[in-house]
Amino acid sequence: MSRFTDQPSPMAQPKSFLWTRRVVLTLLLVFVLVPVYVMLSSSLKTLQDVQGSFKWIPHSLTFKPYVDIWKTIPLAHYFVNSVIVCVSATVFSVVLAIFAAYAVSRYRFMGRKVFTVTVLSTQMFPGILFLLPLYLIFVNIGNSTGVTLNGSRLGLIITYLTFSLPFSIWMLAGYFDSIPRDLDEAAKVDGCGPLGALFRVVVPAAVPGIVAVSVYAFMTAWGEVLFASVMTNESTRTLAVGLREYATQNDVYWNQVMAASIVVSLPVVAGFLLLQRYLVAGLTAGAVK
Amino acid sequence: MTATAPPRRAPEAGPGSGKSAAGRRLRPRVIERIRQGGLPYLLLLPAVLAELLIHIVPMFFGILISFKNLTLFYIHHWNTAPWAGFDNYKAAVKIHQPIGEALLHSFWVTLSYTLLSVAFSWLLGCAAAILLQDKFRGRGLIRTLFLVPYALPAYAALITWTFMFQQDTGLVNHVLHDQLHVTSSKSFWLIGDNSFWAMVIVSVWKSWPFAFLALMAGLQNIPRELYEAAAMDGAGVWQQIRKITMPSLRPVNQVIVLVLFLWTFNDFNTPFVMFGQNPPHQADLISIHIYQSSFINWNFGSGSAMSVLLLLFLLVVTAIYLLVTSRGRSENDV
Repeated sequence: MSRFTDQPSPMAQPKSFLWTRRVVLTLLLVFVLVPVYVMLSSSLKTLQDVQGSFKWIPHSLTFKPYVDIWKTIPLAHYFVNSVIVCVSATVFSVVLAIFAAYAVSRYRFMGRKVFTVTVLSTQMFPGILFLLPLYLIFVNIGNSTGVTLNGSRLGLIITYLTFSLPFSIWMLAGYFDSIPRDLDEAAKVDGCGPLGALFRVVVPAAVPGIVAVSVYAFMTAWGEVLFASVMTNESTRTLAVGLREYATQNDVYWNQVMAASIVVSLPVVAGFLLLQRYLVAGLTAGAVK
Repeated sequence: MTATAPPRRAPEAGPGSGKSAAGRRLRPRVIERIRQGGLPYLLLLPAVLAELLIHIVPMFFGILISFKNLTLFYIHHWNTAPWAGFDNYKAAVKIHQPIGEALLHSFWVTLSYTLLSVAFSWLLGCAAAILLQDKFRGRGLIRTLFLVPYALPAYAALITWTFMFQQDTGLVNHVLHDQLHVTSSKSFWLIGDNSFWAMVIVSVWKSWPFAFLALMAGLQNIPRELYEAAAMDGAGVWQQIRKITMPSLRPVNQVIVLVLFLWTFNDFNTPFVMFGQNPPHQADLISIHIYQSSFINWNFGSGSAMSVLLLLFLLVVTAIYLLVTSRGRSENDV
């Protein structure tokens, strides 16, 4: 294997190392990819095929599950709900975070530490801790003002901020720190105000970081289950809760469940893998430094 | 957890201005404060308002209702719910009464689930990151594929695992029973003792790519000269991993272990998607336990008290962990 290395490795690699590498990486690949294969292959099976004992190779390939998923449950509707909620939560949290992260990264002011510690520590709190009170607060707001938040998309968007906002502030502040201060100083010398410096210099320079944070915020929201299962009703249900409906009293349409899983995974997996380079850099800038 | 503070702005005081040392240190800061005025606060205002709405107020509200006897009956007028004092807390910690006993059981399940999942996730992530450190053909592809579990939406992956663990139609029993003949009959994975292990396997599958990702980043910060020097001194690959790679990764490892611990301990998705609202006794994780007592038994007071206890536990664990690891680190540096 060492014949193929792009550059000579400083380590002289003994056979034991190369064999360990082959064996461990192969096992890990199997572990990672088997569920992906099951998802893909089962989504192309007929219902009878998927109801019998598991088969690695489908008896006959069919695309019918991909057609049926839209009829069995209102999947398109749930898809739209998920997109609206996740995009809004992402946009809100990233916009709020850009201002906050700029303040935290560029200014020393009283209360800075209190703010960052508060924001950071909420990340370790269990979601259920905020879910219960938010649910009751929403019930109360509904009673006193008539604005229904429980079961509305707006209510879900607000609850999604509980995890996406602290995370966005934290990662963006880390990213802004890595942009040289001389840049915005220079902009100020050229006559930009502080906000001008933020929008003309810092934000354009931080585009990869902002993209990374947005994708992460979107991904986390897209996969969220707890808030979605409490805060939605039949008309605002998201994909996370909706997919359970392929199980009826008598049957689970496993081929359709798998097809639907592929469909809901495609946007985020494609986005993640396409932007992988940015995302890994963005995450490590924020998380590991 | 360890977001670094940005480099402090260099003092702008001119040299030899004849001011006292204290004055020289103080003045630029004060001037800067005045110059920047209220701007940082203005920038922060939207985020602070949002934080109040989504975190601060709910947290105080949660603590308040943990002292109330808030059941379904009072949900629409929570302020009329009778005061319960410490009753909810007492019930939660009385380990010989049903509520306390169930909570303690759930705590132990969660703790063992978390420790096992974190240990294996870290181990796999570490192995993969180290084995992928050097360039070889296919490295980029393998790295991308390893990140797939991280990119998949949690519930889609969890539903797939649930399908694989089905007793009649699942892949796991097909392989263990039909193909390898390891088990004499097709066992149940989603009820009984196996459900705990099924949950651990799925959790490791979902979490290890995060450890892998963070450790890969950590490895990039190790200067290559260290390895070159060690190789000159005749250290083999295994020795280099033990003596250079592992010690250099310590700070990253500490962050990963803490983050994974907190995530896994608070995990709700795994049991909820795999087992529904009523997970088997052996897989009754604490966040789903709280969910049940709040949204199924409609006892919000009790659920809030349990949430507060859970939070206190996590705070104590985090504090101890940070204390121990920072002490270890300073000893190392000296």
